[in-house]
Amino acid sequence: MRVGILSLQGDFLNHFSILERLDVEPVLVKTPADLRVDGLILPGGESTAISMLLQSSGLFDPIRGLIRDGMPVFGTCAGMILLARSVIDGREDQVGFDAIDIAVRRNGFGRQVASFETDLDVAGFEDGPVKAVFIRAPVVEKVAEEVEVLASVDYQFPDSSGRSVPVICRQEKVLVSSFHPELVGEDRIHRLFLRLI
Amino acid sequence: MDQTEFSHVTGGALVKRGLAEMLRGGVIMDVVNAEQAKIAEDAGAVAVMALERVPADIRREGGVARMSDPFLIEEIQQAVTIPVMAKARIGHFAEAQILQELQVDYIDESEVLTPADEAHHIDKWKFTVPFVCGATNLGEALRRISEGAAMIRSKGEAGTGNVVEAVRHLRSITGDIRKLTQADSAEIYAWAKNLQAPLELVREVSATGRLPVPLFCAGGLATPADASLVMQLGAEAVFVGSGIFKSSDPARRARAIVEATTHFQDPAVLVSVSRNLGAPMVGIEMDEIEVRLAERGW
Repeated sequence: MRVGILSLQGDFLNHFSILERLDVEPVLVKTPADLRVDGLILPGGESTAISMLLQSSGLFDPIRGLIRDGMPVFGTCAGMILLARSVIDGREDQVGFDAIDIAVRRNGFGRQVASFETDLDVAGFEDGPVKAVFIRAPVVEKVAEEVEVLASVDYQFPDSSGRSVPVICRQEKVLVSSFHPELVGEDRIHRLFLRLI
Repeated sequence: MDQTEFSHVTGGALVKRGLAEMLRGGVIMDVVNAEQAKIAEDAGAVAVMALERVPADIRREGGVARMSDPFLIEEIQQAVTIPVMAKARIGHFAEAQILQELQVDYIDESEVLTPADEAHHIDKWKFTVPFVCGATNLGEALRRISEGAAMIRSKGEAGTGNVVEAVRHLRSITGDIRKLTQADSAEIYAWAKNLQAPLELVREVSATGRLPVPLFCAGGLATPADASLVMQLGAEAVFVGSGIFKSSDPARRARAIVEATTHFQDPAVLVSVSRNLGAPMVGIEMDEIEVRLAERGW
């Protein structure tokens, strides 16, 4: 099984290390010719920069086509933003794949001083919590009925009372997380993704 | 590290180094006002560095170079959605406290500004905001990491438009890392002594073959080819200072350097982004300069 990792900018090599352990063939994707893959990971990074590089590299249209044809995709943080139906506080020219019916707010938890780590219980994971690292992470503001929420965090926003924020979501072949399992060597969410392929 | 009421932890090494991981393969651009920050973001910068004067102007005008006016930093923060970094003087922890209060995303404890302390760098573990520090060799890099730096950049020679020092520093760091991975357990002690770096960090680098934090490159980059060169030499991202806004067409050059940093191994892309780019900043030879910024810090 060949699993691509979008490698225009961001922490794509961290995803590479995890896939190497999971008995699949990881493929760094920088050009359309690299897209002979069975699934694709969109890594963490700066979504504005990745969005521009997707267009200049000619990758945007073919990836959108492959997702529409049912190719499984997994996005972490910036990857989640690129896969979301709508982005609040994004740049007007920012392109996205509209692959999962959620609305996200960029940097919704605040600036870097608010970046945090926490232990997260994930639905279906029997062997302990996930160490979840949130870096200037997006906040999922709206989730459609068809979207399954696999994990949430309770969070105290400065201007309101605490509420529960979805942090792992899935709709059919599209999986997203607003944190970075790839930063801590956590491979259970990647294994969940590989089962969609 | 601080614990919030939902037992979320902020300011730990994971989130500090984590932001540096997110910037990999990207370009961080020096900007002196909101207008330049917009140009940088429009060109695909992954972050901007707010400062009062770009290094080329500091070099030309002289005088004491300090942290930027908070108003200027706030203006830049409001203008862009990407991370905003700002510089503090070496050892000037009060400037760093002000920058943390402003919620900048990274502090650069930078030799480009005039040092405030001739013996001590900032104790960076005390801060929630992460720090990047410059280094000319592996020992210096590990000393900064032991003080809490979450990202290292080669110093190069800022404001010269000459990449030769950045290459020297990068090769020194990556070359020593390669040699260190070959050292046996007894030799590790001699390495720690010679590098003047903590034994545990030396042992870690020897085992992993990389720094414990991301290694970026800065100081003198002016062209897409410069970005490709340092990425091929092992830099994980690049800082461009005077090289963009001292060139004839900053928006185009910024965009070209972004493309070159992503596609650094693809000469065809480098040709297309380098073509008709207009005049780069005028560079300076190393023996023409009076002040070597890279010699600040230790």
